[in-house]
Amino acid sequence: MTIKEQQDLIIEEFSFFNDWTEKYEYIIQLGKDLPLIDEQYKKEEHLIKGCQSKVWLHAAHRDGRVFFTADSDALITKGLVSMMVRVLSGHSPAEIAEAEIYFIDAIGLKSHLSLTRSNGLLSMLKQMKMYGLALKNADR
Amino acid sequence: MTNAVHIAEMVFPDVEKLRKDFPLLQTQLYGKPLIYLDNAATTQKPQYVLDALSQYYTQYNSNVHRGVHALSQQATEAYEVARRKIAGFINARHDHEIIFTKGTTNGINLVAASFGKKFLSAGDEVLISAMEHHSNIVPWQMICEEKGAILKVIPISNTGELVMDAFDSLLTDRVKIVAVTYVSNSLGTVNPVSEIIRKAHAANIPVLIDAAQAIQHIPVDVQKLDADFLAFSGHKIYGPTGTGVLYGKEKWLNEIPPYEGGGDMIKNVTFAKTTYNELPFKFEAGTPHIAGGIVLGAAIEYVQQIGITAIQQLEEEVVAYAYERLSSIPSLRFIGDAWHRSGAISFLVGNIHPFDMGEILDKQSIAVRTGHHCTQPVMDFFHIPGTVRASFAFYNTKAEVDALITGIEKAKRMLE
Repeated sequence: MTIKEQQDLIIEEFSFFNDWTEKYEYIIQLGKDLPLIDEQYKKEEHLIKGCQSKVWLHAAHRDGRVFFTADSDALITKGLVSMMVRVLSGHSPAEIAEAEIYFIDAIGLKSHLSLTRSNGLLSMLKQMKMYGLALKNADR
Repeated sequence: MTNAVHIAEMVFPDVEKLRKDFPLLQTQLYGKPLIYLDNAATTQKPQYVLDALSQYYTQYNSNVHRGVHALSQQATEAYEVARRKIAGFINARHDHEIIFTKGTTNGINLVAASFGKKFLSAGDEVLISAMEHHSNIVPWQMICEEKGAILKVIPISNTGELVMDAFDSLLTDRVKIVAVTYVSNSLGTVNPVSEIIRKAHAANIPVLIDAAQAIQHIPVDVQKLDADFLAFSGHKIYGPTGTGVLYGKEKWLNEIPPYEGGGDMIKNVTFAKTTYNELPFKFEAGTPHIAGGIVLGAAIEYVQQIGITAIQQLEEEVVAYAYERLSSIPSLRFIGDAWHRSGAISFLVGNIHPFDMGEILDKQSIAVRTGHHCTQPVMDFFHIPGTVRASFAFYNTKAEVDALITGIEKAKRMLE
């Protein structure tokens, strides 16, 4: 599944929710469910510190593809982090570097990517794309 | 100010009536009435203040102090009347002890830089407290670094109160100035500033009071306090953003050098030498925020119409009610549990991240603030990432507190 297809699928999943409570409950559940990162990577060097919430991100490069694991100390952020990982993980560095991420906006959580929230999610997305870009250049 | 104050007449103020003075409090968020509990960050503005702003720009907008024409004289008059009102409000001995600033931060920076330039040398100490807002930490750190002076910190207890015994022993003859907050923005603690000032003065040390979270909640009398400097922000007392006041005793304002150079703060300029204007203009370089100063005057007038003591009573009642209702929530713990408190209540619920709590409350049209509230050292002290802070103004009701409680309970169900 391409990055675009994965995003469209998430948007479709969210279209079934009737109100904000259901939507947030789903995101929170995603946040609770997933062991997103190996404990050994929950260290300072993998920390992307936002003003409000922390995000840890680790990238592994295997067979020309990048695999992300991540975590956050805030549940809603963690749910969004897990969706971001679902969308971008397992793709080539070039695909990640060039991806246009629109699903956060489409599911009505764009405030998480705005500067006013100054949380870790936006910084995480930037960091993921930087990994993509760096590995893409390294591949050449 | 020609328009009449159309505030509900009051013996004991009727909050529901007063709320109608605030257009933004009549609005809805996500289809529900807005519950605004972020007053420590900024307060909403009454129509009286908004009208004063519009009147200035539509009726007598003009530059102040140097104009010969009628409009300029009118603007100057209004600006200076506002200064007089503010002086009266805090009971300053002289109008020229009121310096218009951009806000509390600006006022503290002015004192730190100017006082520091003249009075701080290597090895001297500046004494602040562990509950200061970053605005009352960083300016002092900057000047201490420049001068080789040392920043000392009065510790706080687990209840979020100053450890006064420690203050006594920190108050040595190396200390050149004490700078403390009247009311903590993140904990709601009211500090014993009179005692601090009295003890510092006994050792001939001047004191700056950060009154950003006090001026809108409790009567502030600078002469009674005997404060040497006191700073507050206009936007936290129903006035416009970008306005504020630095009060300084005449003696100190005359002694410390100007902060910024430019127009209005000069008496005479030649390339060889500039002489400075008298107070308060010595500290007001450039065209000031004329509208802001005048409208801050209107905000103070609005507060005086209700009465700061009446405001204090209303707020104490709603804060006490909020405290009591919040106490009934299992797993809720207060961050800062001072005996004497005002305005803000900080708390955490179970292991719920404050950011998550804030977001779920927002979805229920309840505006609170989450995070470190620009007091990172306080958060480090309590080993927490931040708090949820509900902060109150006189226009908040018990019904709004009830909605907050319901909101928190819903968030708990979703997040726990």
